[in-house]
Amino acid sequence: MFKILNILNLLFLVSFAHAQVTKGSLLIKNGTILTVTKGNMENTDLLVENGKITKIGKGLVAPTGTETIDATGKFIMPGIIDAHSHIGIDVVNEASRPSTADVWVGDALDPLDISVYRALAGGVTASHAMHGSANAIGGECETIKHRYGTLNPEEMRMEGAPRTIKFALGENPMRVHGEGNRIVPATRMGVEQVFRKGFEEAKAYMAAWETYEKEKGKNPAAVKPVYNRRHEAMAEILKGNIIIHCHSYRSDEILMLLNVCKDYQIKRLVFQHTNEGFKVAPELAAYGAMASVFADWWAYKFEVYYSTAYNAAILTKNGVVTSINSDSEEYIRHLYHEAAKTQRYGSLSDDEALALITINPAKQLGIDQRVGSIELGKDADIAIFEGHPLSVYAVPQYTIVDGVVRFNRSKDAADQRLQASATRAETGFFLHKEQHNHDRCLEGAYENTASFFGLERE
Amino acid sequence: MKINAFLTLLFTLAFIHSFGQVKKSTKGTFALTNATIQTVTKGTVSGTLIISEGKITALGTNATIPAGANIIDCKGMSIYPGMIDGGTQLGIVEVSSISLTDDSDELGELTPHMEAITAFNTSATAVSVTRVDGITTTLVVPQGGLFPGTASLVNLVGYTPDQIYAGFKGVVLNFPGAGRRGFWDRRTDEELKKEEEKALKQLNEVWTEALYYVQVTDAAAKDASIKVASNPEMARLAEVIRGKMTLLIETNKANDIEAAIKWAQEKKIPKVVLTGVAEGWRVADKIAKSGFPVITGPVIALPTRESDQYDKAYANPGLMAKAGVKVAIRTNDQENVRNLPFHAGFAAAYGMSKEDALKSVTIVPAEIFGVADKIGSLEVGKLANIIVTTGDPLEPKTQIKYLFIDGWIVPLDSRHIQLYEEFLNRSPGLKK
Repeated sequence: MFKILNILNLLFLVSFAHAQVTKGSLLIKNGTILTVTKGNMENTDLLVENGKITKIGKGLVAPTGTETIDATGKFIMPGIIDAHSHIGIDVVNEASRPSTADVWVGDALDPLDISVYRALAGGVTASHAMHGSANAIGGECETIKHRYGTLNPEEMRMEGAPRTIKFALGENPMRVHGEGNRIVPATRMGVEQVFRKGFEEAKAYMAAWETYEKEKGKNPAAVKPVYNRRHEAMAEILKGNIIIHCHSYRSDEILMLLNVCKDYQIKRLVFQHTNEGFKVAPELAAYGAMASVFADWWAYKFEVYYSTAYNAAILTKNGVVTSINSDSEEYIRHLYHEAAKTQRYGSLSDDEALALITINPAKQLGIDQRVGSIELGKDADIAIFEGHPLSVYAVPQYTIVDGVVRFNRSKDAADQRLQASATRAETGFFLHKEQHNHDRCLEGAYENTASFFGLERE
Repeated sequence: MKINAFLTLLFTLAFIHSFGQVKKSTKGTFALTNATIQTVTKGTVSGTLIISEGKITALGTNATIPAGANIIDCKGMSIYPGMIDGGTQLGIVEVSSISLTDDSDELGELTPHMEAITAFNTSATAVSVTRVDGITTTLVVPQGGLFPGTASLVNLVGYTPDQIYAGFKGVVLNFPGAGRRGFWDRRTDEELKKEEEKALKQLNEVWTEALYYVQVTDAAAKDASIKVASNPEMARLAEVIRGKMTLLIETNKANDIEAAIKWAQEKKIPKVVLTGVAEGWRVADKIAKSGFPVITGPVIALPTRESDQYDKAYANPGLMAKAGVKVAIRTNDQENVRNLPFHAGFAAAYGMSKEDALKSVTIVPAEIFGVADKIGSLEVGKLANIIVTTGDPLEPKTQIKYLFIDGWIVPLDSRHIQLYEEFLNRSPGLKK
């Protein structure tokens, strides 16, 4: 009996720790393949077996019964990757302290979020579900694959993706903590010291554990340091095991974090938003720091007033690995269009523009060996478009994750409810003035809580 | 002393030379030759387009180039009419999170006499950012409250209200809405209905008062003994009742749109335009039957309901057009009005014809605003609101090469472009 229980327990644990990822096989026939990294191939087939790209060529044959997609006249590109979003999660901010390195967005995954399906309808196969920007040091984030249709939150995770953490500079942490709670940081000077203090504490914590590990063999009275999840996470950053993704706008604060990272020898650093990245592009390139930006957002608050829509082009031409992100459940649906704007603002080539939403965000998330381009052996995360994806008239037709068709425009249901409600004839009406809602990053911080629930702030 | 002044002058000239002169708009006679001319209303014409005295004076293969005209060779390029955004807060909101830079929303429910054009900052950074992408004309719309104020159509060149005014004004009505405001809105159906009735009652009371005002002022016009106290709110609504001004009714939810149509018909309002109309596709036949034109947008937006198909906001303009509604497209934006062509492009990608999409940002809004004799297409006698492009203006890849607004050739310059020029190859670079 004990044995059986143990086995059951074990099975239970295993099923949660390693959710079975659904993988598919299919043959895509006769399309124009935009590999992004290795040029374009016309009238070419692509074979997917068990979730991986196994053959690219002409006249490919698949075993009988393999699902086939006729892509004649269509464009096949790598699944789009969003290096900054907040979809597929229930909560964005743990806005209670200037440093919350101890929390993890991966604890709040929501596989039923309709935004995940809508992102698929824009050709997006993976995204970086991030903590918000209320705190200078936010929580750890989760790189998710858009396996919409699964009910298991575990299956949302991109298995094997590196750990990442959210940092935030400027107005948001200043507003929430300085203005809101009257604690440091109220200025960009204060923000810097939150990081330095956090890393110093982590160093002391690491040293204490090191001492203990050395001593415990010879000294039975050695005292074990108190476990601290926040210091653990900061220590993992110092060891190079967690990539920093930092919400930032102004060039001065970008340089500040570069200097902090220099002092602590932290190499893996991606700036998010980075509206004034163009001003410090040489410094970013020299350090190897990367930048994830909006195509054209500006002027919605003061720290983005001196922006330019040429940001992505300037960064790219200065050698910075650059991506275009959404930070929005609306914009994530047309990242291909956002990338196309770099052709108006800076005349980037097709490959340069497409790299902004595929291989470059993959590099920023440390998953470029698996996704971000169409190459043999890579995950079969693929988007098929009617019309060139950089054209305004492009329409995504199929979106495939691990060889499984997760979006098929011809089978899109008129009613997207997962189940009918007995009590409500219709779902709620929301008028999204999306372009005026740039602060998804602050969702869950105090102002939004107040306005969401109609409470007045005293 | 004289030498000093001379040196200063030389230095100044050198400075201006090396850093580029201040770029200004100028007026003159222009011949745009060897172009593909997309008239929008009269097909595609090859040849030359002549601009003189601020107007299009000739176009086609036989256009004679006047003596002294500035000739711009447009070989391989296309000429389109400048685009018109039928609803924006451009110029009246500078930085939306800083309330003191937001002049779009005056206090009070009943402020129809507030003039958006009064608060339009002609030098706002976003104005040049917008026009260099080919948007030459915008409707500036006040917001907030039942009657937020009066919208004005403006051309994006000039420094005073008189210089920018493009010939249309309309009174805005935010039609009372019946929907929940979000998932957190826990009001019951009964409560919602009550609030809706209350709001409609308030609107009807205002309207009754306005009708009285019209009667009294009509009587006063005939009888000098009748004195009417100053009432700018009612005076403005009276202009709507008398058909001198258009009523722009902002409404988005399907049953609100129906209620708005019914209300406007019952009140026999002479000139009505429906704006917003996010769920127009649900009641497209009813809108078509009313004959009211629509200015819809943003098109690049989420569906209004979680249960709706993902592309309903993109498809909305096309579905309304198919039902026979006259559809113009707006951004309803402030700093990114430059995305207007892309909103039209998405409408075309998801069902509207490309031709109708282009019209929805050119001739259709011009017709809705009653200024189709002046702008919205390339025709002899119209104002020279013109863009010269490398191709389809709805495509992101397309570059705008020349820009004329109201006959003025406007420099293709904005802060976004200046920052590009300064920082593409920064100096000093990494090392000083």
